[in-house]
Amino acid sequence: MSSEKIKGNAIMEGVAEGEVLYTEESISFFGGVDMKTGQIIQKGHELKGQSIKDKILIFPKGSGSTVGSYVIYGLKKYNTAPKAMILENAETIICTGAILAKIPCMDSIDIKALKNAEKVKVVITTNEAYVEILR
Amino acid sequence: MFLSKEEEKILNGEYGEVKQLAMKLLVKLGEKFKAEKLISISSVQIAGISYKTIGDPGLEFIESLVNSGAKVCVPAFMNPAGMDLDNWKELGIKEEFAEKQKRIVEALKKAGVIPASTCTPYLCGLLPAKDEHIAWSESSAVIFANSVIGALTNREGGPSALASAIIGKTPYYGFHIKENRKPKLKVEFLGKIKDECDMYALAYCIAKQSKDIPYIKGVNVHDSDLLKGFGATLAAYNSLAIFHMENITPEAKEFCNGNIDFQDKIKIDEKDLEKAKKEMGEEGEEADVIMIGCPHTSAKEIAMINEMIGERKLRKEMWIFTSKPIKVLIERSNIAKELERKNVRIIADTCPVVAPIEDLGIKCVVTNSGKATFYLPSACKAKVIFMPIREVIERFAI
Repeated sequence: MSSEKIKGNAIMEGVAEGEVLYTEESISFFGGVDMKTGQIIQKGHELKGQSIKDKILIFPKGSGSTVGSYVIYGLKKYNTAPKAMILENAETIICTGAILAKIPCMDSIDIKALKNAEKVKVVITTNEAYVEILR
Repeated sequence: MFLSKEEEKILNGEYGEVKQLAMKLLVKLGEKFKAEKLISISSVQIAGISYKTIGDPGLEFIESLVNSGAKVCVPAFMNPAGMDLDNWKELGIKEEFAEKQKRIVEALKKAGVIPASTCTPYLCGLLPAKDEHIAWSESSAVIFANSVIGALTNREGGPSALASAIIGKTPYYGFHIKENRKPKLKVEFLGKIKDECDMYALAYCIAKQSKDIPYIKGVNVHDSDLLKGFGATLAAYNSLAIFHMENITPEAKEFCNGNIDFQDKIKIDEKDLEKAKKEMGEEGEEADVIMIGCPHTSAKEIAMINEMIGERKLRKEMWIFTSKPIKVLIERSNIAKELERKNVRIIADTCPVVAPIEDLGIKCVVTNSGKATFYLPSACKAKVIFMPIREVIERFAI
């Protein structure tokens, strides 16, 4: 059995295993995600209505207000946070949010290599950051 | 990114969790922006203070950070809160909102942040010099500091500014490096600036056309209040953090004597300004309230408004937003009493953007602020009529 490791850049260290929730649309956490439930409520978003709680959330980048960082922190507080976040480019909002909330986070990967609903393992340390597709 | 031995120790947690978290944030953001190192800063200005904008998650984060022992190590001012911290009841602010707003301010005070609660710290005790490295976050203060003063700052987020205040450093990238402050877009203004709305309409025109750093020619306005409002408008409509204005801003000369290759050039005339003004505000004769002071007014502006109204009074209430120190100064003069008689209220610590205007029954606002024309419709769901202060007073004075 071969397993594929996709390497990226570490933002926040941690290890997580879970099911992928995948989108190629950016996410605005402020106004776009309900902290209390973890549901995506962003107008017109393809994942609208779905919950990010306990998922390995894969998206290209964050958008919208910088208050989004505090929303990510809030998700952790309310126990509705994703297990990990994997991005193409984690800009300031997501970087800050992941660090404040201590949610494992990595970026600089081609997210198209991953698929919705597949099981993955995320390993992020100070030395390496990779996601492994579990088959 | 290069870290000194001391910085490494902080990152490894030898000075506790709070400093570790702050350092981690600075280092990660620094790596993101390819900063080579951290540099010392002399002051910090922290945005994200209003309970209306940061809500419960912001409040909880700030409180937990401060309860874990966060302390600032350089002078740090805070941005406007969601209400006048002393006179919130008179504004109609709800008890629950006030309670949570006070918790945010109290937590930051405990960490050593100076509660000036203003977007214009440079008008009341926090004035950097040219080439001084600072870490500020409020967009209008950042663009004023970079452009009008010539200080060096990126546009920080609330959390990164707080982290900088705890560590006393910021990643060395962006506008801390002279090279990155060079103008890229040449703007030629053909016409005359008659009043503040012309000035802010010019900012709107530039903001709508390009995100490049502008070098603006043809503006002959030597007035720090107008430059304050001009920068605020540019920053609101386009996220710009710096501009250069020929013969006016300190770095303009440094750059125009060099061989800057202006790839892009635009021309703006008075017709463009008139068109811009129609886009910035809506038509209308009446409004619920007049709002002045976005960014916060200087003492000079308040004195001028008092002069302009003269012996008359306004038939609609005017709210002037300013910082607490300026309000105290005005109250010490006779101006505050005179303005009260003229139906003008001076409100400290908050502003039209971050106060819960939508909960106060306000649906239509008259303002002379370019920045407020951007935020009032989106952040406060209010209709905006955009007029220069002189016309506002002529329309509403009796």
